[in-house]
Amino acid sequence: MTTPTRPRPKPTPLTEPFWRAAAEGRLVAQRCRGCNTLRHYPRPMCPECHDMRWDWSELSGRGEIHSYVVTHRAFHPFWADRIPYVVATIELEEGLRMVSEMPELTPDEVAIGLPVEVRFEPLDDGIALPVFRLSKSRRG
Amino acid sequence: MTEKTAPFPGRCAIVGIGQTPYTRGTDRTTLELHLEAALAALSDAGLSPDDVDAVMPNEMAGILAEDFIVNLGLRDLRFSSTIRTGGASFVSAIQSACLAVHCGLANHALLVAGRRGYSAQRVSKAVEDTIVPMPIMRTIEEFERPCGNTVAVQWFAQAARRHMHEFGTRSEHFGQIAVACRKHANLNPHALMHGKPMSLADHQASRMIADPLRLFDCSLETDGAAAIVVTSAERARDRAKRPVAILGIAEGHGDPPDSITQKRDMTEIEGLRRAAPHAFGMAGVSPGDLDRAQIYDGFTWITLASLEALGFCDRGEGGPFVEGGRIELGGALPVNTAGGLVSEAHVSGANHVLEAVRQLRREVEPARQVADCETVVVTSEGDFHEGAVMILGRA
Ligand SMILES: [Zn+2]
Repeated sequence: MTTPTRPRPKPTPLTEPFWRAAAEGRLVAQRCRGCNTLRHYPRPMCPECHDMRWDWSELSGRGEIHSYVVTHRAFHPFWADRIPYVVATIELEEGLRMVSEMPELTPDEVAIGLPVEVRFEPLDDGIALPVFRLSKSRRG
Repeated sequence: MTEKTAPFPGRCAIVGIGQTPYTRGTDRTTLELHLEAALAALSDAGLSPDDVDAVMPNEMAGILAEDFIVNLGLRDLRFSSTIRTGGASFVSAIQSACLAVHCGLANHALLVAGRRGYSAQRVSKAVEDTIVPMPIMRTIEEFERPCGNTVAVQWFAQAARRHMHEFGTRSEHFGQIAVACRKHANLNPHALMHGKPMSLADHQASRMIADPLRLFDCSLETDGAAAIVVTSAERARDRAKRPVAILGIAEGHGDPPDSITQKRDMTEIEGLRRAAPHAFGMAGVSPGDLDRAQIYDGFTWITLASLEALGFCDRGEGGPFVEGGRIELGGALPVNTAGGLVSEAHVSGANHVLEAVRQLRREVEPARQVADCETVVVTSEGDFHEGAVMILGRA
């Protein structure tokens, strides 16, 4: 019997730079060349000014928990022996949101507003997943 | 009732309804269930498959218009489309059917929904190869699924958690909704939860699925299908049973529509908030005029937030609004009088439309009948806060 593996992101030409940067330890998002607006998830067009040119801009990797869910039932075999586990929506300093599993936070510790920072968890051949944890400054 | 002066689509009506039994377990395919419900709705309308010239297959069932052509023997299908807003698609599809009928593209539109949520597409069993693929999920499959955010109860739990944080909403408020629906199901012999009473304490003791949503906050996993027939108000007069008029209908979309986590405000079901004024305005009514509400309730939090989005109460006031039996039969605004998706069955929201029609026709058991029921609002909610709102009235 094989061990169940974490669902792997399937990058597209549009999203591949996000994942490549993560594998290099950098958190990035699209910045519109027309109006400088940051955006995430990746889209080919800026919804503000409709420019289709962008750069990948490095983010601070710091933010706070906007909301979260504690899952008590495994809906995917990978998490069968990991329940209960915490998944949070992170509001980044730059105003973007990202979703992260919070493996270092217990269901009793997690709360809206907690300051967090990114690290990266390598999955396999060139893919790393941004995973957030409590900010070191906060933890002292 | 005097002739409604509403423009489009006040000139359309529901003239037939039909369903399969709602069960946990079936040896029939989803297509067979849909065909059985379709024939029942046509029979109820006094029509035959030869009369059908428009069909609206439901996205979540994975069935095509072509499946209806080859099985019902449709000879001249003139209009067909599938709305891709998940749970919101059934009421949205009624809007499209009204357009087709109103413009004269078709005379009789058949709409069918439902699935094998117990025997095949069963989320809780993680049997993923039976889930009908939905293109809208591509984005979160890449960015959220690898993080363990894999199913709907987890997505809506984050919205519910944020609602609790901002407004002081409590699990007991979700429980009030679950208890109301269960009471109604116990008056409905066809509901899956008939004969299984539930108290608020039972709700609070039910196991956590995706905190803050408990087992009894979740819709049921059931098998079954339901269907309706839509035609013009003129043609509706010739039908076997009293037609039900579609007085107002509108759809609204999410912001953005492909993830709850990315919303400016995840606590609001903006698809319903956007659609509601159009539907109410078209019907010439306001929420205070409504006798009852059929709210798409994938989870109890959706019911609470839908009542806010429709304007029955202010933003953030959904919790206090559902206290004290207000949404129970006998209360000011009975909600989901057949039991809803949480206690009757999950038929992709089609069962909500059937219950509204039955209430307006006076066809339900006396204990469940809302006295003098003249106007009902029905909602669909799906994917990530997409919504559709319909106002039905006695024609
Ligand atoms: Zn721009």
